[in-house]
Amino acid sequence: MSALLDVDQLMDKLEAGLRGLLNERGIESPVLIGIRTGGVWVADIIGKRLGIEEPFGELDISFYRDDFSRIGLNPKVTPSSLPFDTEGRDIILVDDVIMSGRTIRAAMNELFDYGRPASIILATLIDLGARELPIQPDVAGQSLTLGMQQRVKLRGPDPLRIELQETEQ
Amino acid sequence: MSGNTLSSSASLKITGGRLLDGHGSETPNRALLIRNGRIAATGATAEAADAEQTFDAKGCMITPGFVDLYCNLREPGNGQKGNIVSETRAAARGGFTTVCASPETSPVNDSRAVTHLIQDGADAGSPIRVLPVGALTRGLEGEMLSDMAGLAAAGCIALGNGSRGVRNARVLRRCMAYAQTFGLTVMLRPENQSLAADGYAHDGLVTARLGLLGIPEVAETASVMEMLLLAEETGVKLHLSQLSCGRSVEMLADARRRGISVTADVAMHQLVFTEDALSGFDSRFHLRPPLRSEADRKALVAGVREGVIDAIVSQHLPHESAAKQAPLPDTEPGLSSIESVLSLGLGLVKRGELSLAELVRGLTSGPASVIGLPASISQDEIADLCVFDPGADWTPSSQSLISVGHHAPVLGQPLPGVVRLTLAEGREAWGGA
Amino acid sequence: MTANAASPNHLQLTRDGQLRHFLTLDGLGRELLTDILDTADSFIEVGERSIKKVPLLRGRTVVNLFFEASTRTRSTFELAAKRLSADVLNLDINTSATSKGESLSDTLLNLEAMASDMFVVRHAQSGAPHFIAQSVTPGVAIINAGDGRHAHPTQAMLDMLTIRQHKGGFEGLKVAIVGDILHSRVARSQIRALNELGAEQIRVIAPGTLLPRDVESLGCTVEYDMARGMKDLDVVIMLRLQKERMEGALLPSEREFYRLYGLSQDKLALAHPECIVMHPGPINRGVEIESAVADGPQSVILNQVTNGIAIRMAVMSMAMGGQVAERQQKLNELSELNERGLA
Repeated sequence: MSALLDVDQLMDKLEAGLRGLLNERGIESPVLIGIRTGGVWVADIIGKRLGIEEPFGELDISFYRDDFSRIGLNPKVTPSSLPFDTEGRDIILVDDVIMSGRTIRAAMNELFDYGRPASIILATLIDLGARELPIQPDVAGQSLTLGMQQRVKLRGPDPLRIELQETEQ
Repeated sequence: MSGNTLSSSASLKITGGRLLDGHGSETPNRALLIRNGRIAATGATAEAADAEQTFDAKGCMITPGFVDLYCNLREPGNGQKGNIVSETRAAARGGFTTVCASPETSPVNDSRAVTHLIQDGADAGSPIRVLPVGALTRGLEGEMLSDMAGLAAAGCIALGNGSRGVRNARVLRRCMAYAQTFGLTVMLRPENQSLAADGYAHDGLVTARLGLLGIPEVAETASVMEMLLLAEETGVKLHLSQLSCGRSVEMLADARRRGISVTADVAMHQLVFTEDALSGFDSRFHLRPPLRSEADRKALVAGVREGVIDAIVSQHLPHESAAKQAPLPDTEPGLSSIESVLSLGLGLVKRGELSLAELVRGLTSGPASVIGLPASISQDEIADLCVFDPGADWTPSSQSLISVGHHAPVLGQPLPGVVRLTLAEGREAWGGA
Repeated sequence: MTANAASPNHLQLTRDGQLRHFLTLDGLGRELLTDILDTADSFIEVGERSIKKVPLLRGRTVVNLFFEASTRTRSTFELAAKRLSADVLNLDINTSATSKGESLSDTLLNLEAMASDMFVVRHAQSGAPHFIAQSVTPGVAIINAGDGRHAHPTQAMLDMLTIRQHKGGFEGLKVAIVGDILHSRVARSQIRALNELGAEQIRVIAPGTLLPRDVESLGCTVEYDMARGMKDLDVVIMLRLQKERMEGALLPSEREFYRLYGLSQDKLALAHPECIVMHPGPINRGVEIESAVADGPQSVILNQVTNGIAIRMAVMSMAMGGQVAERQQKLNELSELNERGLA
């Protein structure tokens, strides 16, 4: 059994939050980087809404995950692609879901191997709580607490929709 | 031969069992009475007789004791790779009552002194008969003649050059001519050294894939042809040791038709395994001659079946573990095979490739006739017997193997055929489980 | 009846088909080989960043165990390991213990005391890495950097990567390998890779003395006439000819070999106009290949280094990943048994 969350509503909230933050900090030419795969879909949409013309970057964090010594290497890794120099830039790092915080830590570790950004703003569509590291999104579409049998799944890229699933287990 | 549980003056009655003598005839439920090292009575007479000991051979086959024409006892030697006591015990466990000791010892058996050393070692520690094969050339170097007549007088039943070749055709021809003078049988492994070169595996599909150095078929067949022609010319009694090519069997059959005096043997593992055994770089199967193609294997089996190949041998060549613990090409060739020969043979019988009678012939009357030994189960014959249970199985492992060599062809898996009793000259050589 | 010998797969792959040793391309299958190429693509991208490292093998020790000298191959493995953040130890064994008679088994025992996670092995004997993989403590990954005439899997994979970069894929591709196939571990691995990845035609061009007896069983066709062999070709791979071949009565002279089998501009003109020229190196100018061709526009010989590092990073991280995942799985199974009171 699954229910849908309203993606547009979440995007509205994300857009509003980001506009506010960018204004507050006086950031004029931010650049978007989406974390594969869901973060890339979100970055694409948010970029259009914010009117950012510069092409966004895509980050594959497979090489920076902290669970290599437990599960090995993801066989379907794809090359990251950042079509700009990150040195001194204000980056909006986008992911679909934040939970433990490990993905974001890996993404930031990877980002810093490209160069030293001026700032990073973290935007996630959904915040599931359940943190294991002290990392918080600057802007989130919605906070959710999941029950034991519940899962969230982002489907896309077009149309983008979020399913809340009840699993049998 | 050293005595065991049964002394030669005791009498033994073997009851039940199916008797299969080496010439193909099988009789059920015979009783055998053994006395003074010979078969004293058979059939009803034996059944009725009294004996000090009885052995129940129910469910077992009783055959003449196996005769191995090519066995490395590794003594004299440094002891690392085995010795007369360990390897003859292993042979007895395998159902063998006679083994021909290869001259490839250290020092080589090219003198009466070394022949006597082997015989003394056997008298003191071997439960079975050991017949030394003398070196054909000095030091097995393949260049100069050995004292062939002297070796024969000392007790060598044939002359051979072990695994080594003879330097050239001229020397080979002279060796044959000289041996012929004394009516001695010459046992030779056919391999043209320059064609074999640095190879160590069959030049075919597996060497192509694994990048191994190959020994082409022609290295053996060219040598077989040369040896047959020289044997024909010199009139020597030639025995070809350990054929590996189907083509060699064809040449052998042709030579027989021409009346050339030639016999031949094949190693049991050549009848069972092929070059595929090397697919995982398993160094146990680094062998000389190498395991060849399936077509060759089938032709060798047919050769045994049709009697073109006279004997099946163990080609027992035990090593210490370190000799096999290295990248394949750096290992030493050879299998610790003698304890598994019967089991591998029974596997062929099970798969319908050989009949039991053909198997037994290959292990008894076939080899026996090459060296002029009797091998039948009848009144007054020497009691060399093998009693085995074809329905039982055993698992070869480093714990269960008796030989110093643990590199047996099958390890950790059950094999059919367990020898219950080996009698050599009426004395128990093996009476294990 | 086949012996109970371990097949290459049993040794190279975990239960779920992950790489745990990289010894030969035999038995890995198209999907895994494609994964290796794809993973290498990601590592090429890493090589374009300012910090060319990823933390995958941080804290792990990689030992380069080279029983045969080779500066080029060894240095690309070293660089690959360092870019994976591993600590690297280089051992040129031919100058130390084994030349004093120490057996390979004993050398390995001594090395294990150093708690290495991975051995990259180059050895003169076919099957040496297999032997090492079977003898070494569980958990240590073995990477074959070339064994005897058997295999050179990383070289073949970097060649496949180069082909994929220039040709997009392998479908419909006509490839020829020219030269001393008999002695070549690279050729054997390349033929296997091309077959698995679906090349349409694989031709070997050489005189009979330089071909293994059953070469066609490897999955290729033989062409003695190079002019015929070059027709419509998309990729031509030239193999290095070693001087010793003349001494072994395998070839009459370098001159005759060059005339018949060397890649000159004329011969190259017989191929497809966009045919690429490859050579695993080092090249013998004027023996296998005309200088003008080696330096010409169709030559992709110099792309090797970047691709070499990327492929090696890929297989090293995949094999290490397979080993650690397997170990973790075993620990999980063991603790599960413990919990159920069965251990």
